[in-house]
Amino acid sequence: MKALEIKGLKKSFRSNFLIKKFHILKGIDLEVEKGEIYGFLGPNGAGKTTTIKCIMGLLSPDAGEVLIDGEPAATVKARQRIGFLPENPYFYDYLTAREFLLFSASLFNIPEKEARDKVAALIHRVGLSGHEDLKLRKFSKGMIQRLGLAQALVNDPDLLILDEPFSGLDPVGRKDLRTLILSLREQGKTVFFSSHILQDMELMVDRVGIILDGAIRRQGRLSEMIAHSTQYHEVVCDRISEKALARIQANFALRDGQFILTLASDADVNLVVESIIHNSGRILAVHPVKMTLEDIFFSEMTGGSYGVPTSRSNGTGEPRRPATGGKP
Amino acid sequence: MKPGIKGIAVNTFRESARNKMFYLLVFFGILFALSSKLVSFLTLGDAMKVLKDTGLAAINFFCVLIAVFTGINLVYKEIERKTVFNILSKPVSRDEFIVGKFLGLALTMLTALGAMAVIFFAFVALNGGGFDLGILLYFFMLYLELLVIVAVSLLFSSFTTPILAFIFTVSLYLIGHVMWTYNEFKNYLAIPLWRIFTQALYYLLPNLAKFNIKNEVVLGTALDPWSILFSVLYALAYVLALLALTVLIFRRREFQ
Repeated sequence: MKALEIKGLKKSFRSNFLIKKFHILKGIDLEVEKGEIYGFLGPNGAGKTTTIKCIMGLLSPDAGEVLIDGEPAATVKARQRIGFLPENPYFYDYLTAREFLLFSASLFNIPEKEARDKVAALIHRVGLSGHEDLKLRKFSKGMIQRLGLAQALVNDPDLLILDEPFSGLDPVGRKDLRTLILSLREQGKTVFFSSHILQDMELMVDRVGIILDGAIRRQGRLSEMIAHSTQYHEVVCDRISEKALARIQANFALRDGQFILTLASDADVNLVVESIIHNSGRILAVHPVKMTLEDIFFSEMTGGSYGVPTSRSNGTGEPRRPATGGKP
Repeated sequence: MKPGIKGIAVNTFRESARNKMFYLLVFFGILFALSSKLVSFLTLGDAMKVLKDTGLAAINFFCVLIAVFTGINLVYKEIERKTVFNILSKPVSRDEFIVGKFLGLALTMLTALGAMAVIFFAFVALNGGGFDLGILLYFFMLYLELLVIVAVSLLFSSFTTPILAFIFTVSLYLIGHVMWTYNEFKNYLAIPLWRIFTQALYYLLPNLAKFNIKNEVVLGTALDPWSILFSVLYALAYVLALLALTVLIFRRREFQ
């Protein structure tokens, strides 16, 4: 059974005058396995938050279904085992952090004694120790985000749904959050989170779904996506003249006295290496350059045109694009 | 009581109790009630009656203000500030959310009215008056009226802005105190359809005048126990109907 299953989810909104209908979600299909970290990636306005609101029952879909552990998500029972952090959360500013977490615990019917112990542990876990009795109106955005995560964990959920959890966090906060999410996976929890901060996502997720314009454009294991996506090969060398390199007909850049050649095809690598050695050059490194999540994301956004080899002038030290390898 | 309802009710009460506006209105309610002593100096007749009359009117006015101002913001603020996302993502149904909000505000009103009533009883005693059971009954009837007003403001708060909710609630409050005119008015209507319409409005709109027993209490005239019982049942039925309507509206709300 999947931790989360979305089938054919559609959602539209009408404009204020009920004339025009905006189709926000155009048929989302995705599955989240138990115990994995799933990154829901997309630019602003792609439909990430709308999807999450449909999961949480804050919006009712036009079509499709959302299942949590095989049960319809919009039920009170399903929400018993979910922890949710909304985007840009705002909590009751007249409460202290402790009062707010105790209130959250009360909604799960957690006995008061147990709730107090849990809240104390959570405050420590999210790094808010010393601030538990401070009114929330005095909290910074990062502290609110940490508190939001604590309230999402108050029921020890099996599935965590986090909407832009890294938003508003400083680098230390982001690192802490990453560590926390990874520790949750170690405990067997499932984490589904949306973000447009690619670096954070790349460091944590098992699988990723890319949403664009209300539809899932690509979905799969991040390791597989990246493994099958060598963009080009780089050959680093020195002790060779530019004239000799020009004869090889490979694109290259000069950086710190070293030449960096970019080759689109791995078939060219041996030929180019042989040519360099033949011209008395020294090979310093040969390595394949794989696509990052960012490259995959932009490739989807631009319909696959991102990262396609282009012709560039050589020797500028500018960001490289691969070129077809030349003959010696 | 379901844990969700209890948690929301307690939090709603806490929200009101930590609002400076709440204390300000309670303070002015007490101040105006006590200033009835001044009015009794300036008027002819039974000073105690004047003191009770103006004091109770002041408490009534400020309690209604608290009910309206707190009620109109209740649900709207939760939606506007998106705190409702946090609650509805927990195992709490939308029905429980509305009932919890109502009970929280009912508790707030009980506290405000209770504080004013205790001080007013002490004030009457200080001025030579004894404990008047009629005044206690007056406060009880006022509380019923406040519950109806709270339910009305909660209904409007669930689908419109605080300004509109304020206008609608105050309008209904004013209409609710002149409902007898509808009964009179229908006799002057020539078209039967209009007469039916006016009669329907008479039964549909809240008849808040039913809860006003100030004249009887101050003047010491007899109260009809059946009329009191009917008013209690009327308040309960009206509040339940309003809550049901609010729940129906709130169930359909989309939180964008």
